[in-house]
Formats: sequence, C-alpha cells, structure tokens
Amino acid sequence: MLEIRNLHASVDGNPILKGIDLTINRGEIHAIMGPNGSGKSTLAKVLAGHPSYEVTKGQVLYEGKNLLEMAPDERAREGIFMAFQYPIEVPGVSNAQFLRLAYNEKRKHLGEEELDPLEFKDLLKERAKVVEMDASFMTRSVNEGFSGGEKKRNEILQMAVLEPRLAILDETDSGLDIDALRIVAGGVNLLHNSENAVVLVTHYQRLLNYIVPDYVHVLAGGRIAREGGKELALELEEKGYDWITSSVAASGIGASRVT
Amino acid sequence: MSTAENLVSQEYKYGFVTDIESDTIPRGLSEETVRLISEKKNEPEWMLGFRLKAFRHWLTMTEPKHWPNLTYPEINYQDMIYYSAPKQKALKANLDEVDPELLKTFEKLGIPLQEQKQLAGVAVDAVFDSVSVATTYKEKLKKHGVIFCSFSEAIREYPDLVRKYLGTVVPTNDNFFAALNSAVFSDGSFCFIPKGVRCPMELSTYFRINNSESGQFERTLIVAEEGSYVSYLEGCTAPKFDKNQLHAAVVELVALDDAQIKYSTVQNWYAGDEEGRGGIYNFVTKRGKCAGHNSKISWTQVETGSAITWKYPSCILLGDNSIGEFYSVALTNHAQQADTGTKMIHLGKNTRSTIISKGIAAGKSNNSYRGLVKVMPKAENSRNYTQCDSMLIGSNSGANTFPYIEVMNNSSAVEHEASTSKISEEQLFYLQQRGISQEDAVSLIINGFCKDVFLQLPMEFAVEAQRLLGMKLEGSVG
Repeated sequence: MLEIRNLHASVDGNPILKGIDLTINRGEIHAIMGPNGSGKSTLAKVLAGHPSYEVTKGQVLYEGKNLLEMAPDERAREGIFMAFQYPIEVPGVSNAQFLRLAYNEKRKHLGEEELDPLEFKDLLKERAKVVEMDASFMTRSVNEGFSGGEKKRNEILQMAVLEPRLAILDETDSGLDIDALRIVAGGVNLLHNSENAVVLVTHYQRLLNYIVPDYVHVLAGGRIAREGGKELALELEEKGYDWITSSVAASGIGASRVT
Repeated sequence: MSTAENLVSQEYKYGFVTDIESDTIPRGLSEETVRLISEKKNEPEWMLGFRLKAFRHWLTMTEPKHWPNLTYPEINYQDMIYYSAPKQKALKANLDEVDPELLKTFEKLGIPLQEQKQLAGVAVDAVFDSVSVATTYKEKLKKHGVIFCSFSEAIREYPDLVRKYLGTVVPTNDNFFAALNSAVFSDGSFCFIPKGVRCPMELSTYFRINNSESGQFERTLIVAEEGSYVSYLEGCTAPKFDKNQLHAAVVELVALDDAQIKYSTVQNWYAGDEEGRGGIYNFVTKRGKCAGHNSKISWTQVETGSAITWKYPSCILLGDNSIGEFYSVALTNHAQQADTGTKMIHLGKNTRSTIISKGIAAGKSNNSYRGLVKVMPKAENSRNYTQCDSMLIGSNSGANTFPYIEVMNNSSAVEHEASTSKISEEQLFYLQQRGISQEDAVSLIINGFCKDVFLQLPMEFAVEAQRLLGMKLEGSVG
C-alpha cells in the first residue's frame, strides 16, 4: 500500500528526515517511535502533505501512485488520514457541517451520491458510538472549547466517518488520561481491519498496550535506527531512548536533534 | 509567501454597461442644478425648499476628511453629473412600457422585474441611476395598506406622509454627505407600514449605477406605525469604470410604539481593480429612530464592494425599552478601504443594543470598525453588548477598531469585546487533510467567522452573501 524509499525532508532548510525506507501493507499496524526531534512527526506530516515540509530526496508510492505529487486534499480523498497531535479549531463551523463536507468530498471523489444533512446525521450518530461521543458534539464548532481528550476523540470520530485506507495517528496518546486513552484506542481497534493500515506515531509505549502493533520502527536522527516486533517497544520502555541514540552515534549515523 | 494570500480576485460579474439613451443634465452643482432637478421631477414647492435649505447649508460644510481612516484624492463636486435618467415615458404601472433594455439589465443582475419570474414573497423597487424604473407587487401590498413605491411617486401621491417624516431622523444639516444628498437626491424608495400590519412580503430595492459620470444620491424612508413589522432588503451593483463614482445615500427609518424594522443590505458596488483604479465611493448615512416604546430596529449589512465605504447605520433609541441591533460583515480586498460601524444612542429607559461586527481584510486593503455607544443620563438601566472581530488574510492588509463609549448614568452597562485573527496555514492544512479543497476551506473558515451575522439575514440573502464572500476571496490564498 505504501512504499517509502530513501525519503529526505527538511523544514525551513533544516534537514530532518535523512533517508527513511518503510513499507506498509494493508492489514498492518506500524508503530513509529523515537525520542523528541527524531523526525517521527515530520514523517507523518510529510505523508499528509503539510506545506511547510519540503521533500528533498526520495520517493513515496501510495497504491502505486506518486504520493508526493498530490495535494493534501487529494491525498485525503485517496484515503490518507492523519489524526493531528494538536487538532485545530474552526470557530463558527459546526462539527456536523465540517464532517459532512469532508465526507461528501470523498463520496464525490469515488463517484458516489452525496448525503443530505438528514442522511448524514444518521451516519454520524452511528459512527459517534465508536468514540462514545454524544450528539451535543455535533452542533458545537469544530474543536472549539473542546478539552484535550475531546479533541483527540473528535479526531478518531473523523477517522470513523472518513474510513481511511491509511490512518496516521500523530501522538494521539499525548495528553490523554487513561479513560480517554482507552476510548481512543478502542475506536482505532474497532476501525482497523484487513483492508486498511494504521501508523501510530508515539513517544511512549503506553499506547501500544491498547493498540498492538505488528511492527515497531524506532527513529533517531531522521533515520530508522532499529526495527522489530511489538517486543521492541517493551525493550525501549525498559532501556530508554539513549540506548538507541548512543548506538546510532557510535555507528556514525548522525543523530542531530531537531525540536 | 504564505498559503493564506492571493484569495481575492475573481472578475466582477456585474461590471457591464447598459447602452441606453439618457436624459442627463450638465455636470456641476449650483443652486440652479438643485432647482433643475426639482423641476425635472415636477416637485411641489416644499420639496424644493427642503433641497435649497440643504444645499445652502452644504455650501458652509467641509468634507469629513480627517477623522475617518481613509485616504483618497480630492473629490471635485463640480465635475460630476447630478441627474441622469434613462429616457422613457413616465413610470407606468405596466411593465410592458418599461424599456426592454432596462428589464434585460435587471434580469442580467438576477433581479427579474416581471412578477411571475421573481422570488415569491419579495417585492422589488428597481432604481437605475437617478430614477426608479419599476416597483413590483405594489397592488398586492396596497391591499394590506402597505405603501411601497419610488420616492418621486411618494412625493406626488403621499406628500403629507413624506413631509411628516422626511429629515426627522437625518436632518438636512446632519453631515456633509447627508446635506449633499438632501439637496440633490433623485429617487429611492418609500415604505409605509400602517398600524398593526405585518408586511406580508419582504420589500427590497435594487440600486444600479450605470452612467460613468453621474453620482447616485438616493433616499429611502421607511415608516413603521404602531405594532407593525417590515423586513427590507437592499442590493446594489455598478459597471466597471476607471473613474470613481460617488454614491451618497440617505436612509431614514422610523419605528413607532411596538414596531419592528429589519433592514438588510448586501452591498456589492464595483470595488475598483487590483491597483485601486475606479470603484464606487460609498458615503452613506443610514439611521433609524426607535421613536416609540418597545420598538426595534435591526441593521444587518454585508459590505463587499466599493472602493471606499464610509457608513455607520445607527439607531436612536428614544422610546423606553426600545432595541437597536447592528450586525455587520465588511470584506475588503486589493486596495479597498472601509471605515464602517454604527452609533447606538440610548435616550429611553431600559434600552438595549447589540453590535456584532466582523471585518475581513485581504490584499492590501484597510478595514476599520468605528462605533459609538452613547448612553444619555435619562437612559436608565440600559445595556449594550459589542463584539468586534477582525480577520486578516495575508500580511499586507490592515484592521482597526475605534470604539467610542460614553455612559452618563450609573445603572447602565456596556460590554465591549474585540479580537483579531488570521487564517493560519495550520487551519487550512487541517481542513485540506480532511479532503476539502483549499478554496472551500477558506470559504468555510470565513463563513464560520461570519456566522453570527449571516444568521440574521433573510434566507435568500444569506445564501447570496455566502456565495459572494467565497467569490470575492477566490484566489486570495494559494
């Protein structure tokens, strides 16, 4: 589904990703871990097409197409979804209005009929159960006045509505209390199936107790420093990131920190 | 360059000129001009007296050039035409006798004057340069006792009503532009809603400036008698010319006991080109008087056009428990300038006013809110709530807020909130990441920003306003 080849990217002229290779197949869950500044959020944003990040080298194929040539909204309509670390507020636009617009854009793209507000309301009601959100969230402005946990749940609600083929969750666990974490993780597990793939970008192993990855990739200095199964995350938890970064430094791979 | 620039440059689609023979008087302004206009319109002596008094006062006044946050070259009032009317026979009740060119013009503007083609429930008075060419649904309204006609007709047919109210809200010497208008106004609309009548349809006037040399000076007077209600809409467009044209209108509203007037405007005068060449100078005095107890006047405006907007729709809250409202969206782009806001003058007890102003500035435009809230000593227990929000698009535009607050008693309360924001790259990226195109994303953000105002507009107008904002901003981000 996704093939990343020797990907280099920079922001404001500072190189951050320095040669990432990664293949993701449908049905898989991948965890991208690493210390602050290792480039894991950058990887997520580059895949989603954030305009501030410049790809300087390498290629990314998504379902056989050159992903890097596609605008962010095109990527979204093709099934790439990113749950934001800091979801953005859109005052005056109701959650339901926003979600319907996004949902219908995707339907149009697939050549399907758009849903009218009433039909969409039913669908939204159904999907909201995934993250245990009630109807009052739908009439409120997008993320405005939401608590941290509500914002993250709202991200997963959007994922539930848009049914992406590739979902990238950027530090979705950060700032969540244990109940919210359980709800969010439960939602992701419910939405994951053999046809889609999930990429979890996270600093901590904690999330991986709830969403169990097939593969763990540890980034350091803009490269994948170590890869393994879910047990790698536990090992990291025990030994800390220094264990990876020092071995990277020792092997001569640049581990310049970027924040 | 940020992604949030470039969003404002779709062609102005109302910029065409109608080729029609006009009865135009020579340029220049003198007492002779005023007499000539009055004569052309066969006006009674009292009307000429009103004009001359205004003109003589105007001669003693100076243009308000210092306090507004606007810059423009000197206006030569002698280089302008003060009366230009399409040549046609006197206004006929029958539309068949209206010049087909004019009917076509309004149809092209989306305002068909044939009643069967119109939106049900909206009566239209169509003003072309200096005269009203047609007013629809007059007969139907008459059955309810509602008078809706051109100002010229009102002077002829209802002189007592016009005399009773004309100039009672905006006196002839009120300000430079109001005095000018009082001297040379050519036409406009007159509405009278009798006691206890809820006007059965929306009333609207559509103003069109066609002549490149002429100013437009129209006058609107709306009187709502005790317990009546009316909703009035106003729209306007003009062709694209390299020269600036002056539009100096006066609107007066009078609400008696328990009456309500809702006045909505979508202003889309030609705004000039990207460099600021051409466009309308929109110097307008609009004021409503809540003369009676429990009366209410509500202004809603969506200002998207004009090179310069100088406009402060205001309420004089004279009656006890009366309510004044002002909801405004002002969008400026390219080199446009707007200095707009309101005045709420609290005179009666327990009077309430609400001001919601949303300014959007793109390109290198300048957008100012200027508002006065004045609570007089006798206006006990009065309240005002003001919220002024500005949104900047790109980094070359400017937004300002100039609030003036004067409270002269201890029992009243005034609240003022203000904010300035920008459409951020992060906001756009977030919406795009959900599959929404950049242009739709900008439109969504702007419409969200303006929601509190759009909610106040009648349905058809709200849709039109949203579409207009989207169109005006197209390409200003990218």
